[in-house]
Amino acid sequence: MHSRARITALSAAAACLALALTACGSGGAENAGTDGETGTEDVTLSVGTFNEFGYEELFTEYEELNPNVTIEHKKAATSNEARDNLTTRLAAGSGLSDIEGIEVDWLPELLEYPDQFADLSDPAVEGRWLDWKTAAATTEDGQLIGYGTDAGPQGVCYRADLFEKAGLPSDRESVADMLDGSWQDYFDAGKEFVAASDGVAWFDSAGATYQGMINQVQNAYEDNEGAVIATDNSEVKDIYEQVLQASVTDGLSAHLTQWEDDWVASFQSDAFATKLCPGWMLGVIEGNAEGVEGWDIADVFPGGGGNWGGSYLTIPTQGANQAEAKKLAEWLTAPEQQVKAFESKGTFPSQVEALESDALLGQTNAFFNDAPTGEILANRATAVEVTPFKGPKYFAINDAMQQALTRVDVDETDDPDSSWEKFVTAVGAL
Amino acid sequence: MAVTDRVHTPPPTRQRAPRDKSVKRLAFSQKVSKWDVKLSPYLYISPFFLLFAVTGLFPLLYTAWVSLHSWNLIGGQGEFTGLENYEFVLAQPFFWNAVGNTFSIFLLSSVPQVVIAIAIAAVLDANLRARTFWRMGVLVPFVVAPVAVGLIFNNLFADQAGLVNEMLVGVGLDPVRWHSDSLASHAAIATMVNFRWTGYNALIFLAAMQAIPRDVYEAATIDGAGRLRQFFSVTVPMLRPTIIFVVITATIGGLQIFDEARVFDQAGLGGADRQWQTLTMYIWELGWGQRNFGRASAVAWLLFLIIVIIAMANFLITRRIANQGGRQ
Repeated sequence: MHSRARITALSAAAACLALALTACGSGGAENAGTDGETGTEDVTLSVGTFNEFGYEELFTEYEELNPNVTIEHKKAATSNEARDNLTTRLAAGSGLSDIEGIEVDWLPELLEYPDQFADLSDPAVEGRWLDWKTAAATTEDGQLIGYGTDAGPQGVCYRADLFEKAGLPSDRESVADMLDGSWQDYFDAGKEFVAASDGVAWFDSAGATYQGMINQVQNAYEDNEGAVIATDNSEVKDIYEQVLQASVTDGLSAHLTQWEDDWVASFQSDAFATKLCPGWMLGVIEGNAEGVEGWDIADVFPGGGGNWGGSYLTIPTQGANQAEAKKLAEWLTAPEQQVKAFESKGTFPSQVEALESDALLGQTNAFFNDAPTGEILANRATAVEVTPFKGPKYFAINDAMQQALTRVDVDETDDPDSSWEKFVTAVGAL
Repeated sequence: MAVTDRVHTPPPTRQRAPRDKSVKRLAFSQKVSKWDVKLSPYLYISPFFLLFAVTGLFPLLYTAWVSLHSWNLIGGQGEFTGLENYEFVLAQPFFWNAVGNTFSIFLLSSVPQVVIAIAIAAVLDANLRARTFWRMGVLVPFVVAPVAVGLIFNNLFADQAGLVNEMLVGVGLDPVRWHSDSLASHAAIATMVNFRWTGYNALIFLAAMQAIPRDVYEAATIDGAGRLRQFFSVTVPMLRPTIIFVVITATIGGLQIFDEARVFDQAGLGGADRQWQTLTMYIWELGWGQRNFGRASAVAWLLFLIIVIIAMANFLITRRIANQGGRQ
């Protein structure tokens, strides 16, 4: 008890100190603004990112170009960690970096508080990004809260060796031909494969496959006014039933939950043959499947193009150096720089010009059988047609849906009907 | 009597004024020293209570205030809604599920923990070589950060690729569905908690055991009691106050369990069917996942009330046990 009390007291003292410090720190915020002069005065800019943005070398370059600027990089390990950090400090009103990286999934919830972020719309950057990339970060009044960094255009990654064993065509072009079409075509090819594959599943997880499908629906969970329609939307119910039919009844799923230990381990055990893969997934597969030969990527995506993930740079209005921060964010998200980030960490650019750059189009990936990944992903990015509407509750509803799928596909605690009922209850409680 | 009375009464009236002054002066300095005696102990302990008021009492009351409003994490205070948040939360199946999970994990962790800790302490109390080494050894798991413990055990308890299941299959048993079956997940999480806290509690028990007078054991040996008999008839009864202390701290900690359950999978919500979502995780989901601070605060207060009720029950039960101990 004593030791606990002492720890409490100590941490309380530390908290008081931290409060006092941040209180001092936020004092300078008042005389800042995006319109202020940028120039030669010494300034330290903090940049918050997560996972791999590929910016380390770019920061050094920028500091050389602008000797008055010192960049302090704050890197969170996961996007969840970054999101918790962002929301907590937004709520506290201080403590955020001058530039904060955010993921597309949290955009809708942040768009509800546009006055927390500087308006970055600027004629100089108009047309820099793919339309759907900018549209997702723009409020109804036309305020742009973030500059796009990378995007997640999706192709289909597959195991050529397992395809061959099951008697399916295995080279990139034939696979793309075979899978081109609707989701039903993709699942039908899966049935053919599973019948001949000796226990290897067609895809890894019902949830991951659903993610690819739902990202092609314009208004999945909310109408344009933000009213929740998820549980009455027949499109959602149809996709839900289709993916579970394929996963459970037809046995195409390896019954894994994405990112769990079992999923990570499954890359070493030939558990499944295909996987929907956005650009950033290539690195994940390469890491998890180290030593496994046969991975390849086809220039195709069922049901049209699809985007999964991607990030933005925002400038919180609580920051003291918004003008300098904007300059840096604009520089970082310019096509030339984003191509360098792609070369460094594989983050696929969302800038129109970058998609045409030779450095990008010439990129091949040795792990994926020397596939021209730059060209394939550039094709996949231009194939994206739908910008799904994501309102403030999108994240939470999609989470509930993922759990509904996991209950049937992985946990086997429910059948599709009872799990849907639980989904309806969960959405009702939001 | 009457005469002496008459003679003696006047002087006090004459001398009253000066005497009163000295009495007053005396009374004041007496008062100061009285205050000193009476107040200074409180002043000495006041830093803790002042800190407690800032870091404990104020958040408690402020949480109650928040729970009566609709309150968004970023948007801040909304309308006053009275007890609506409580009504809503109490009607949620997830809330009651979380209550059940919390108690299940708490019982699965606390009971074995106390029993094993006493056993370990008894062994450590024996004459061992390199005594300090063994004693420090049991404390090592406590030094490991809970999240690191979570990562290690997660790997052990993975459903398909985990070491535990591989061993089960190896000896011809069915693999356990650690992340699907509710009770199995509770057992796995309880294992993490026990791994961390058993050694810590064992050292507390060890300290108490060493305070037991050795002549009691000598007397028991002369009476012909064996080691086991001594343990149950001497050691355990003499440990009673320590056991009460450990049980109460374990209860408070157990009902607030968060870290181990949160890192049991990547999503951190307690499973697709909320198989292992505890009350604190439910608070986190409401507050940070859905950003509804009003409802999260309502659950926080309900948890506080549950802990108060359990602590009171604990107190009544242990007092009865202590009284019985006194009579023997």
